[in-house]
Amino acid sequence: MSGYLESQLIILCLSIIYAYGIFLPAASGQLNLGAAGFITLGAYASGWINSSDGLGLPLPISLLLAVLFTGAISFAIAFPILRTRGVYMVLATFAFAEVVSGLTINMEFLGAAAGMPVDAHASLIVLVVAAIGVILFSFYFMSTRLGLALRSIHDDESVSVLFGVNVRFAKVAAFTAGGMLMGLGGAMYGHHYNYIEAQSFNVLLSIYILLYVLLGGTQTAWGPLIGAIFFTVVPELIRNLAIEIGSTWLADSRFIFFGGFIILMMVVRPEGVVTRTMQDRVASIFTGNRRKNASEAE
Amino acid sequence: MTDNVLTISGIHKSFGGLQVINDVSMNVRRGSRTALIGPNGAGKTTVFNLLTGVYPIDEGTIVLDGTDVSHVPSQDRVIHGMSRSFQNIRLMPHLSTIENVMLGQHSRARSIGSLMFPLGLLCRNRWRLEAEQALQDSGIGTYPGEVVANLPYGVQKRIEVVRAMVSQPKLLLLDEPAAGLNDIETRQLQELLEKVSASGVTILVVEHDMHFVRNLCDHVVVLNFGQKIFEGTPDEVHQDPAVLEAYLGSDDTQTAKETSDAS
Repeated sequence: MSGYLESQLIILCLSIIYAYGIFLPAASGQLNLGAAGFITLGAYASGWINSSDGLGLPLPISLLLAVLFTGAISFAIAFPILRTRGVYMVLATFAFAEVVSGLTINMEFLGAAAGMPVDAHASLIVLVVAAIGVILFSFYFMSTRLGLALRSIHDDESVSVLFGVNVRFAKVAAFTAGGMLMGLGGAMYGHHYNYIEAQSFNVLLSIYILLYVLLGGTQTAWGPLIGAIFFTVVPELIRNLAIEIGSTWLADSRFIFFGGFIILMMVVRPEGVVTRTMQDRVASIFTGNRRKNASEAE
Repeated sequence: MTDNVLTISGIHKSFGGLQVINDVSMNVRRGSRTALIGPNGAGKTTVFNLLTGVYPIDEGTIVLDGTDVSHVPSQDRVIHGMSRSFQNIRLMPHLSTIENVMLGQHSRARSIGSLMFPLGLLCRNRWRLEAEQALQDSGIGTYPGEVVANLPYGVQKRIEVVRAMVSQPKLLLLDEPAAGLNDIETRQLQELLEKVSASGVTILVVEHDMHFVRNLCDHVVVLNFGQKIFEGTPDEVHQDPAVLEAYLGSDDTQTAKETSDAS
């Protein structure tokens, strides 16, 4: 495999893991713009636990502890943050990410502004396995009764309450699970590149990940997968196309086209690329005959 | 002593300075089909919201099948055996019919094990089969996988009833179930509700369509300006002067009375 393809695949795996971390709470209508904060927590936690200057524990244990650590922090901040809604939740989670960034950059034992080298290396195959694991987990999670409750909360919170859904519990669970996934993603990032600095996990990253999810669609677990693939692959495709036709102008201005395309998507498909109805329609192509028979039998 | 599934005693509710429910007491007999009627703004839906805990009551008690639920949190009242439908359809638009019905089962599946059970992955699990059966029994088994937003209004109204029923309530609260339905849909709804009633569930229904109330209900409670002004059978309600005045105004009471006597 060429180095270029491998580097793109790595970015894709990380994007997918991050995207599902934002998707789980987004499925119940929570907008989390704090991805960079959770990723920082996971990356530094795993890096420090694994490092000989830190605890010096082996990679699998440092990964697990980093995920649990990010989960614990997510759980703790879920209670104040989930009191906010909509745009205020966006602001609250953004503020959280800024706090994490500000703290990390001032901690000497984490290398402060100079960043931190990470010892153990995670190869591409580890990242692919992790990404597939995250996808499978998310599909399972959304198919459970808790997942059904989260989608119900998204549609109508007050009616969900009347049918016995513990809204607080469901939202905290989704927020915490999402935080853990992003912690895993951050840890994977650190162990793959073997160097982390707080500045690289900035608000632009948070915005991109939230966009993957919102443009991919929050109604089904396919949304973040499609969104992450789209955002990672399309700019590269335009770049390759530009090289192919020898246009430096297109190569330089590819993000203008990409941006225009995003706006178009928001106009044409405001609920995301993959909606519930679309999933049903695609599914009926495969089970089309059966359904036709059923309607004829009526 | 009669066997009451619901006993409301002296409940009060005001929003700011506005007294919306003023000292309402009523009993709902087990197995009965009781109607709660009254002019617009009489406080019928507010009574439902107080019963289900959407708003807290200011005073009084609500006893459901022997348990005082006056201050039980909204999300737990369904466990005590009370489930409802809504005046404007409140199905989850992005969920399929079967998923909406499975949401109704939530109160019976609140343990961690049940919450983490993959309903959507396994096609033949007992929750899904039960929900399919409930739809089948109600004569709307044809569109389990369809997103509800695309279904006809009358079907959506009936799905709301099924969703409320799968929580296995003792008392089913229906807020204007027949509003906006045509004659055929109303008849289908009535058949469904008669089936529900025959299965032993008590029905309390808010409704404007007096024809529907007469056909379905055996007991009527009339509210006006947040106060109970009448309680009796559907036949008696047409003869009561206070009710006629509330609905028609005092000038017309005499004429209305004559008409109803004549008919």
